[in-house]
Amino acid sequence: MNVQNRQTRSLLGRILFWIATALILVFFLFPIYWILITAFKDRPDITQLPPRFVPWVDFQPTTFNFHEILIEMEVSQFGTATEQSPFLGQLFNSVIISGTATVVAVILGTLAAYAFSRFRIKGEGDLLFFILSTRMLPPVVTVIPLFLMFTELGMRNTFHGITLLYITMGLPFVVWMMKGFFDEVPHEFEEAAMIDGYSRLEAIWRIVIPEVIPPMLATAVFVLITAWNEFVFVQLLNPLGYTTVTPFLYAVVGYGRTEWGRVAATTVVFVSPIVIFTFLVRKYLLRGVTFGAVRR
Amino acid sequence: MTTQSITPETTRPAAKPGLRLRWLSDRLLAGTFLAPTLLLLLFITIFPLIWSLYLSFTSYNVNSDPSWLEAKWVGVDNYVYMLTTPRVWERFIESATFVVPTVTLEFLLGFGIALLFNREFKGRGLITTVILIPMMVAPLVAGLFWRFMFQADIGIVNYLIHDVLGFQPVFWLTDRTSAMISLIIVDTWQWTPFIFLISLAGLTAVPKYLYEAADVDRASTWFKFRHITLPLVWPLLLIGIIFRLMDAYKLFELAWVLTSGGPGTRVLPVHLYKIAFGDFATGRASALGYIMLVVIIALANLLVRAINRSRAAEV
Repeated sequence: MNVQNRQTRSLLGRILFWIATALILVFFLFPIYWILITAFKDRPDITQLPPRFVPWVDFQPTTFNFHEILIEMEVSQFGTATEQSPFLGQLFNSVIISGTATVVAVILGTLAAYAFSRFRIKGEGDLLFFILSTRMLPPVVTVIPLFLMFTELGMRNTFHGITLLYITMGLPFVVWMMKGFFDEVPHEFEEAAMIDGYSRLEAIWRIVIPEVIPPMLATAVFVLITAWNEFVFVQLLNPLGYTTVTPFLYAVVGYGRTEWGRVAATTVVFVSPIVIFTFLVRKYLLRGVTFGAVRR
Repeated sequence: MTTQSITPETTRPAAKPGLRLRWLSDRLLAGTFLAPTLLLLLFITIFPLIWSLYLSFTSYNVNSDPSWLEAKWVGVDNYVYMLTTPRVWERFIESATFVVPTVTLEFLLGFGIALLFNREFKGRGLITTVILIPMMVAPLVAGLFWRFMFQADIGIVNYLIHDVLGFQPVFWLTDRTSAMISLIIVDTWQWTPFIFLISLAGLTAVPKYLYEAADVDRASTWFKFRHITLPLVWPLLLIGIIFRLMDAYKLFELAWVLTSGGPGTRVLPVHLYKIAFGDFATGRASALGYIMLVVIIALANLLVRAINRSRAAEV
């Protein structure tokens, strides 16, 4: 009796557990699924009620929206005029700008992190806090003076302006993350190498850096994602040149009647790399999202 | 990552003659390593901030004044104006109406899901990873997803509410109250995974023997939760909550994309943006920016203290 009772209870528990899990998954993943299939819907299917949920069953998938954003868009409602989509050019800008910013930020930040980890630095704690605090500033606050500065120096709508900004935005993160990783490599490594006749620089390059390659790549991925996703600064500083994908995404929604098919297709192209990268760095996610504050 | 797994190499490539740079003392090297980072931060972050501190004491308008050099010095007028206008206080209240429920909801849901998933089950690794995708996408994109789903006429949320459940359709993004609710829902969708991730890490780190010892003493589930789980996970949760408080307070993109800064979602950063780039009242906007900064610095201090305390607890 008692045993049977416990068994039904555990069965009931298991059922409740899986119901709860299903609800959680639906809440967090349905929006992603919905945008994904909307990207493959023809215009009439998008606004259809009841909604079409399953490709090939409910509706015939099409690559029409991708054709629109990647090659040419219809500009009139009746499909008579077309124009070249600016999307590919902006995608290219996104790749080049966030790629360059990531490489430079990781190199410079790693050097600084090594210095913080190994050398005696006056006011180390204050400096580290200062570096972190620059990242805590609300973008809406910092964009006001930056806008003025970039205008005065002629850095608006340039490649070097926005890239310098993204480098600077990535630096605090790289310094904090990499300092943590360097702290985990014993000092004895480079000390032994230096006794063997290596110079400090050689010891860093050949002994210490190889130990931190995987976390360094993960750090780079985080910097890349941040730059890739950035919207406020690029929208205000680079509206006319070297514009990335995010202002395009916002613009597709903005003008009058929204073409949701285009929005969805753009989003799919824009988000896919992020999803792949999330899986690549999943071991480091916790550390990454807490600025290295949580080290498990 | 654990350091124990790394074993020092016994054979390493012989030191080659060549570019050795031995004259670089450690001190010089430290300076060289730090200089680029610090210079960039000074140039791109600190210098503009000091500049805007100056501007916050002027009546500068980027659109109508020819140069910022000729802007009129008005002393603390901008600050007085910002702190005495009821409209600004309404923005503060609107921000609080967003931040407090959102972070509370994210905390309850995230910690709850972590408790639920803190066991062995099929597909655990995959499920705990895919749940994290929302927090990796840009807030802009999250806003777009939901703006589409919240459409009053073709949106799937209203289809569920009206056609399936039979309630009145809701004007999610255009009505004052429901626009705020939409904002809270979307932010919860995006950032609950963050609290979940931190909570799960905390829960899995609680040593099993503590629970076993409690079982021997026939402790109740509640007792175990209250006296083992919570005290051990709390420092981590605190870090997560403060991170979320700071980010929710700074939230701009999501409100901007969801309703284009419309009624009901005009939180402080949106208001600031409109003063700065709608009215072009640069001086006033800079003053409000500094008022916002004071709040965020206080929060950042809390964060650093929480981190230090949890570090101390780990040792």
